[in-house]
Amino acid sequence: MEVMQARKLDGVVPETPLDHANPKREQRNVASDHKLTVVPVRKPGRWIAAAVMAAAAIWLAHGIATNPNFEWDVVFANLFEPVVLQGLGLTLWLTVAAMGIGIVLSVILAVMRISENPFLNIPAGLYLWFFRGTPILVQLIFWYNLAFLIPEIVIGIPFGPTFFRGSANDLITPYSAALLGLGLNEGAYMAEIVRAGIMSVDQGQQEAARALGMRPGQILRRIVLPQAVRVIVPPTGNETIGMLKMTSLVSVIALSDLLYSVQTISSRTFQTIPLLLVACAWYLAITSVMTAIQGRIEKRFARGNRTVTTSWSRRMFGGSATRNPK
Amino acid sequence: MTMPMVSAVQVGKSFGALQVLKGIDFDVELGEVVCLIGPSGSGKSTLLRCINHLEKIDSGALYVDGDLVGYCRRGDRLYELKEREISVRRSNIGMVFQRFNLFAHMTALQNVIEAPILVQKRPRKEVTSEAIALLDRVGLGDRLDAYPDQLSGGQQQRVAIARALAMKPKLMLFDEPTSALDPELVGEVLDVMRSLAADGMTMIVVTHEMRFAEEVADKVVFMDGGMVVEEGPPKLIFGAPCHERTRAFLSRII
Ligand SMILES: Nc1ncnc2c1ncn2[C@@H]1O[C@H](COP(=O)(O)OP(=O)(O)O)[C@@H](O)[C@H]1O
Ligand SMILES: [Mg+2]
Repeated sequence: MEVMQARKLDGVVPETPLDHANPKREQRNVASDHKLTVVPVRKPGRWIAAAVMAAAAIWLAHGIATNPNFEWDVVFANLFEPVVLQGLGLTLWLTVAAMGIGIVLSVILAVMRISENPFLNIPAGLYLWFFRGTPILVQLIFWYNLAFLIPEIVIGIPFGPTFFRGSANDLITPYSAALLGLGLNEGAYMAEIVRAGIMSVDQGQQEAARALGMRPGQILRRIVLPQAVRVIVPPTGNETIGMLKMTSLVSVIALSDLLYSVQTISSRTFQTIPLLLVACAWYLAITSVMTAIQGRIEKRFARGNRTVTTSWSRRMFGGSATRNPK
Repeated sequence: MTMPMVSAVQVGKSFGALQVLKGIDFDVELGEVVCLIGPSGSGKSTLLRCINHLEKIDSGALYVDGDLVGYCRRGDRLYELKEREISVRRSNIGMVFQRFNLFAHMTALQNVIEAPILVQKRPRKEVTSEAIALLDRVGLGDRLDAYPDQLSGGQQQRVAIARALAMKPKLMLFDEPTSALDPELVGEVLDVMRSLAADGMTMIVVTHEMRFAEEVADKVVFMDGGMVVEEGPPKLIFGAPCHERTRAFLSRII
């Protein structure tokens, strides 16, 4: 941003002219040179854009605020309804838990994908192929109906001892189906992000670590992942924000998340639009908070690497990136 | 007679169809400084990497400190080493790279203490005070908390040397340690290496700094096309080389 103002340049011009080859330059008025002022380039485009945008914003805000169809009084009346807050709680919890499952899974999958062992990288590839290749909505319904396909879940060695046995009907609740569906799907998407992060770390450092006697696991933990995080965090922020809204799909398996709970109210009162506005207000509020947190995390991990970071306001409303001041 | 620190017997190494080392023979005695010179692509880096178990050799035998690289001998059988055992061997050999390869997310001090704590499981306090002394020795006692990107190339390379020394290696390998440096920064790195040599460290140095080789090396080895063309005391190699190829290389580089 141009905070540069007209500024006096003191002492920038040397007392004695350096250019002896050019006698004409010596005739310059040296005495007044130190009073020179810098005049920044005018940017009329900026002012025109500002005026147009301000007019548009006022028109839009006025229209929305005064249009009776939006029923703002209904919006405010329902914003803190217990049902809505409960739905919000479930949405938040699902977002955090599914992202947690997804992140842990994605690191495992990414390491498997990079491995030279075909018994690790091929299964990981197949996992990605399946979970990225089928709609999440179908996956959710599939998990929810797992009991029809596999009535009994058994964990053990085939023809050998059994460690665990349980009825799928008891284990697969709408809740665990939602967690499984969202988490496993997210793991597939995040795996590619984590893999890109791992690949971004300079090979030379890994070689230096090997030369120091560090083992592959130690190198991954101490050298590669801490630096990969820099590349992983920004898209993970996006994924989290995406997950926040993706959780609204769980209403198909009868879980009362934020969207589902406003719909239970509006199906009673027929105030569809204002109640959807309630949900949007909450989604926007949480997205804003998440964006702010993302900015702080990025700043923290930029340590030791002068990378381009953006402030949360820029991230949200756009604008040019600034270099992280050190 | 004691075993040399490094002993290569007809060492061969190929990458696919490309034969990079074609039967290398050479010895490095304890406390000796050996400079490895030769044109680019002649296999110098590959040889260093084999010595440090970063590459496997295909033929011949390579001994470091009496141990066969990559194998462990019990009776008259050779057992291939596991990754874990190779790591232990590597930790006894220090290596300095052309491109420094400092850990970018760690300060100079953290770079130096990382491996002794993690690999050798030594107490942090002891390692830290040793690391400070080492960084002081390479002239960076006042830059302990600087990150690599806040240091000049010469300073980074000196941190890299301190990092390797912190493992108390028996042998130091340098792969063109000054080739990526601006000319005015070369001297400060060579000074550190000179003082290491004076302290009796066994060193193998791949370098194009002929003045340094002439002054510090006990022995100069000239490699070309994956073979040792000739070796001898620096006076002989630089003063009166026997081979036409050596002469041609030296006339190009000096
Ligand atoms: N990992 C590798 N895979 C394939 N070829 C390699 C590899 N490392 C080195 N080489 C080849 O081996 C030859 C010798 O390389 P190198 O040992 O780096 O030579 P120098 O260090 O003397 O310049 C070069 O032709 C190089 O391209
Ligand atoms: Mg090389």
